[in-house]
Amino acid sequence: MTDKIQFDHVTKIFKIRDVEKGKGSFKEFTALRNVHFSVKNGEFLTLVGPSGCGKSTLLDLLGGLSQPTSGKILIDGKQIDGPGLDRAIVFQQYALFPWKTAKGNIEFGLKAKGVPKKERSEIARHFLELVGLSGFEERYPHELSGGMKQRVAIARSLAFDPDVLLMDEPFAALDAQTRETLQNELLRIWEKTKKTIVFITHGIDEAVYLGQRIAVMTSRPGTIKQIITNSAHSQAKEDDARSTPEFVKTRHQIWDLLRDEVSKSQNDHKKEHSA
Amino acid sequence: MASVSKSIQTTYETRKLIRFSFHWIQKLVKQTAVIILLLLFWEVAPRIGVTDPTFFPPFSKVVEGWWGLVVSGELLAHFQASIVRSFIGFGIALLIAIPLGLLIGWYPIVSDLLNPVLELFRNTAALALLPVFILVFGIGETSKVAIVLFACTFPVLLNTISAVRNVDPLLIKSARSMGLPPYKLFYQVILPASIPTIFTGIRMAGTASILVLIAAEMVGAKEGLGYLINYTQMNFQIPEMYAGIITIAILGFVLNYILVSLEKRFSAWKTNQ
Repeated sequence: MTDKIQFDHVTKIFKIRDVEKGKGSFKEFTALRNVHFSVKNGEFLTLVGPSGCGKSTLLDLLGGLSQPTSGKILIDGKQIDGPGLDRAIVFQQYALFPWKTAKGNIEFGLKAKGVPKKERSEIARHFLELVGLSGFEERYPHELSGGMKQRVAIARSLAFDPDVLLMDEPFAALDAQTRETLQNELLRIWEKTKKTIVFITHGIDEAVYLGQRIAVMTSRPGTIKQIITNSAHSQAKEDDARSTPEFVKTRHQIWDLLRDEVSKSQNDHKKEHSA
Repeated sequence: MASVSKSIQTTYETRKLIRFSFHWIQKLVKQTAVIILLLLFWEVAPRIGVTDPTFFPPFSKVVEGWWGLVVSGELLAHFQASIVRSFIGFGIALLIAIPLGLLIGWYPIVSDLLNPVLELFRNTAALALLPVFILVFGIGETSKVAIVLFACTFPVLLNTISAVRNVDPLLIKSARSMGLPPYKLFYQVILPASIPTIFTGIRMAGTASILVLIAAEMVGAKEGLGYLINYTQMNFQIPEMYAGIITIAILGFVLNYILVSLEKRFSAWKTNQ
């Protein structure tokens, strides 16, 4: 397999207002430091890390919504120079256009891609069917449940046929049952469409359940601590995949890796508060 | 057995129908009871000498006066004069305020340039400028249209600005991630997202247009509902004066109703958000 995505020593530094020094002064804030890893073509990679470790910053960079301070991000060997329809982002808060119907939302991305009007409707229907929402074409987002909204958002992202699907904690706002259903659906869709998926989460279970490989991030400034090849992944289709010995083992391994990071980031917070 | 169950069903349905119409009547009674009571009081109070019938004639006399104005065509002429002025002013205000508001909301530089002027003007009561408008534009139509234009511009403008500024950043991010260039982002995301808030401004402007116009017509005009009220009062045609006031009240009510329903239609997708 070839590398689809390459992070080549990527660092991202923000300039933020310095409250202590007063108005007009800025200090530097390192969100990501020397992130270096790659994702293979067609791979499902989950990215797990403590809160505030720069997961979302990493995704913004990958989506082309912001530029790295140093280093390069390559897709198919070409450097990213902005947003593009070869990558699709699925957000935690769905980001559906509330004035458009489910179908209209999916057609939006197709229109951006320049798909002729006649084909748009057909494609939209097909992808609504893929996410199990046939018959909901004309519903507006406020008429749909959280889980349904996220299904529409996933359909919208898949419809314009990107190579890479970037998912930013897409199931974090859903209830436990809906989340499990959607996790299974996502695996099914992934197997069917063979997309490369980068899935960000703060849930260890979710990371182990979904990812072929799991990248564990350190606390701020975020960097990749270790990438684990998930031996439990092949069993994901089993009825009770979450209680197989492999699952438990991998889960524990990641938990160990994260434990230090979580306590480190908590100490950081405490320091900030006392300062 | 079958016929029994059928007859039961029929009675049930009839009962449901009766209950439905009863419910409807109940609602109507509830909503109009106080108005009817007030009108009754209006009718009776002057007749039994609670108020002076010269200044406060019974409601039936007012209706009579109103009908007289309708038959003579006077009311229609005044009504037309008012409505034309208010629509022209209102319309021009929309044509100016919406595009300008979009520009100010979207481009910080336009906002920085225009904000001080806007702050100054919007805190100036429209009617305070009426003498100036009459001086500049004369006593004819232009000054009336101009004052309506002035009064309608600000609600629309300010709502448009805040609409553009308050578009959910996540929607913008989502559209940008699909590679939308800025101009498409503007008319495919910013504009539709802003419409409900802009329409709130339009509704407020509609109310303002009538309000300011009537006042303007009272000060300097040769026709219009405001002129009618002022003129009849000076000529001691008291029932006709009340007739004019009622016409304005109904006009305002109808206009507001139309604008509220339009607003609801345009912001249907905003419910439960």
